[in-house]
Amino acid sequence: MDAVGTDATTTTARIGVVTFPGSLDDRDAALAVRAAGAEPVALWHGDDDLAGVDAVILPGGFSYGDYLRAGAIARFSPMVTALIAAARDGLPTLGICNGFQVLCEAGLLPGALTRNAGLHFVCRDQRLRIETAATAWTRDYQAGEEIVIPVKHGDGRFVASPEVLAELAAHDRIVLRYLDGNPNGSADDIAGVCNAERTVMGLMPHPEHAVDELTGSGLDGLRMFTSVLTGLLANT
Amino acid sequence: MTGNPTAPAATSETTPAASPGAQSTSTAEQPYRELGLTDDEYARIVATLGRRPTDAELAMYSVMWSEHCSYKSSKVHLRQFRDTPSTDRLLVGMGENAGVVDVGEGLAVTFKIESHNHPSFVEPYQGAATGVGGIVRDILTMGARPIAVLDPLRFGDADAPDTARTLPGVVAGIGGYGNCLGLPTIGGEIVFDPTYAGNPLVNALCVGVMPVGRVQTSAATGVGNAVVLLGAKTGRDGIGGVSVLASATFDEGGGPARRPSVQVGDPFTEKILIESCLELFDRGLVTGIQDLGGAGLTCALTETTAAGLATGQPGGMDVDLDLVPLREPSMAAHEVLASESQERMLAIVTPEALPEVLALAERWGVLATRIGTVTDTGRLIVRWHGEVVVDVPPGSLADDGPVYERPLRRPADLDLVRADGPTAARLARPTTGAQLRQTLLRMIASPNLCSRAWVTDQYDRYVQAATVLAQPEDAGVLRLSEETGLGIALATDGNGRYARLDPFAGAQLALAEACRNVSAAGSVPIAVTNCLNFGSPEDPEVMWQFAQACAGLAEGCRRLGLPVTGGNVSFYNQTGAAPIHPTPVIGVLGLFDDVARRTPIGFTDEGDALILLGETADEFGGSEWAWVTHRHLGGAPPAVDFAREKLLGEVLVAGSRDGMLTAAHDLSEGGLAQALVESCLRGGRGARIVLGDGTDPFVELFSESAGRAVVAVPRSEELRFTDMCTVRGLPWRRIGVVDGDALDVQDALRIGLDELRDAHEGTLPALFGRTA
Repeated sequence: MDAVGTDATTTTARIGVVTFPGSLDDRDAALAVRAAGAEPVALWHGDDDLAGVDAVILPGGFSYGDYLRAGAIARFSPMVTALIAAARDGLPTLGICNGFQVLCEAGLLPGALTRNAGLHFVCRDQRLRIETAATAWTRDYQAGEEIVIPVKHGDGRFVASPEVLAELAAHDRIVLRYLDGNPNGSADDIAGVCNAERTVMGLMPHPEHAVDELTGSGLDGLRMFTSVLTGLLANT
Repeated sequence: MTGNPTAPAATSETTPAASPGAQSTSTAEQPYRELGLTDDEYARIVATLGRRPTDAELAMYSVMWSEHCSYKSSKVHLRQFRDTPSTDRLLVGMGENAGVVDVGEGLAVTFKIESHNHPSFVEPYQGAATGVGGIVRDILTMGARPIAVLDPLRFGDADAPDTARTLPGVVAGIGGYGNCLGLPTIGGEIVFDPTYAGNPLVNALCVGVMPVGRVQTSAATGVGNAVVLLGAKTGRDGIGGVSVLASATFDEGGGPARRPSVQVGDPFTEKILIESCLELFDRGLVTGIQDLGGAGLTCALTETTAAGLATGQPGGMDVDLDLVPLREPSMAAHEVLASESQERMLAIVTPEALPEVLALAERWGVLATRIGTVTDTGRLIVRWHGEVVVDVPPGSLADDGPVYERPLRRPADLDLVRADGPTAARLARPTTGAQLRQTLLRMIASPNLCSRAWVTDQYDRYVQAATVLAQPEDAGVLRLSEETGLGIALATDGNGRYARLDPFAGAQLALAEACRNVSAAGSVPIAVTNCLNFGSPEDPEVMWQFAQACAGLAEGCRRLGLPVTGGNVSFYNQTGAAPIHPTPVIGVLGLFDDVARRTPIGFTDEGDALILLGETADEFGGSEWAWVTHRHLGGAPPAVDFAREKLLGEVLVAGSRDGMLTAAHDLSEGGLAQALVESCLRGGRGARIVLGDGTDPFVELFSESAGRAVVAVPRSEELRFTDMCTVRGLPWRRIGVVDGDALDVQDALRIGLDELRDAHEGTLPALFGRTA
């Protein structure tokens, strides 16, 4: 009735969810991990030990209050320092909203997230298109598939130099685009991007709020969490 | 905040060790009047202390005896809420920071509304933000994790110049604070009326949940225990917030000059304060806890000490004010005591637990400082730079403030206003189909009935992954247990125009509507909170309105069998001599066995039968129709029938539990037409309506008769549902079906969903700008 579990391929995959002071959707991300059939592992920003997890999620929120610039302080935490090295070695990493901002600040993803063009916080059920299924976090979707996932942010306008935007487009690294109205003025309607190795992904929408019909916008976000499990199984 | 106002303070006869009066033997007059104290009140302070108060003591008495903190004008009327029905569920009732209700499965829920009206007029963003922060700390203080917020808001006319300043600021402040705290905003109201032009109302309701055994106390007990201040440093912001802002009337244009009295919020500090306090509670590390809100340290120190003494154990407190971390080192003692700097809590901790408390706070990055000790002297003693600046019996500040039976007088113009009813002869009514069509489109686009999405899309409604329903639904619904589906619903309602016409009935109509809303969502109402927004209590006509509203609310609760678990009074809501309409805002908590059974408002299933529950009369007094089309306010508000409301609620809940309803929407402002439009747009389906022979389509569509709801029932359940209504004696009428892509009222009008949507959704973006 509540969260929908995966099929028989229940694994013991362990997915870390990092809590910074000011993280807000960390418990929600852990619920989504469980709904996908994996074990969530709470990671604390002040530790530098990734506890041997198989993948990491940086959740939404306002880490350290986001007072300097969204994600700018979190990027220097011991946990993110450890994560940067691990992600460069191929550890699947997903940044949601504030987590996306942290990944950009950390240099794991290109571009930056700036104030919404409308200058207001926007919370709504957002229509999106999956542009590529060839990433660690979207392999359970079809390229071109349209889904609905909530957005809720004030600083979600993706910006990058024309060269970077061209590079992202040329290498199929734009993972999601906004449909039916761009909520924040993002360049090229970009909602999510991945790194060159396609293991690190960041997106502004909140897939963890679309894993339960009762408390979310639907179930369209669940496969983002099962995708990484599928990939882990394929590698074992 | 509402202690027992019977016995005068039992002043200690023992002379304090270092008399604070020693250096203040001057006979020069003290500035008590400037601090808002009367001659009598000052004389009482001198009698209580047996000497002149020090500057710091005088400042403390002035804030604690202010209207805001002492409830001196309202207390005699609020007492009747204690006689509202108690239930087995009630764990903590009136008088604490917030009432606590046992909801089963080992969980307790606490909820309360407060106002932050005056600060939000002076500085809309910070006023509203710190309003949210304050009520959240009230909920935290009870031991609960705050889980959602609702915001009942009232502004002047939507197109008034000052509304363009206040509304966007207030909405951004609520969003900026609530979103950063990770609290979903799941409901509330936005009302426009010129009565609020110089005095917007910013009320905030917060709800929290905790294990039953985790309920905290504010009592400072255990001689030798440490008094620990947690959270932000103390600065000069908000000094005089309760006495300067909340307990006096604004003159024309006098608002922004008082900006230094408004507090400044820091949601990040509040977030880590919440997390650290919850961990302190879980680990059993505190013996007492109190938030710092209005009147800051003054209020927290006196209330915890007084509550400790009230337990009958030895009590008292010594505080060294020099230990309080300050933002501005030049602050004087009375400023430190009066500061309303946000994001602070006061904890009482055993010496054994102290190191663990300090370590836990440090882990979260929360400042924690021991500033004092629980004693057995029976007195609150505060030192500053080595000198005793305060030595008082704490009960004299916290519980034994003045109590006034203010004079009451029925407003002189009330009979005239009541006699000016919106009859067909007095106000022209639409009669033809074309006129009805035009009226409907105008109504659904009017500021009080149009879509609230411009506002509510600026609030996070998803965070915490427990929101089952949120605005524009009838009630906000939260899931508390993933295993069983146990959950709660919350709704807030109020109608100042109804209350202006009849404050007794106005309060009852607000209560009835809030109950109807949580029932329409499928839950059983179990408890009531309130925020009573009124003009100056020194005006006998305002005081009469207040007394009437309290009596009406108390009677309504008795009729419905519901306890009032707490609330808030906001007086002095007026500009010059003109008070706002009396505006009692009522919050009702409902309970679900299983939130999967909740009933949304949207029509989603083609072919469902539409059934109107209750009866419709020609009731337009105080209605939106009279206001929107004629700017008219007069006559009597709709009649209230609590037996009918109760029956309607039971039918709505039974229909939800037995899976007989796909949608339900209560009827209130704007009547049936408004409810149908909202349900059609929400579900994306049209409706074909047949009003029936011999009915007046205008009355059917726009009357605001209470005790009604429209429900959508699958054909397979129709007979079972209508039989249930008949057996129980609830009037019902089949008025149509869910069908097509238009609202089609036979022989009257037909409007496509797109045209309805454009009319309904365009108003606020046109007034306040696009958000995305």
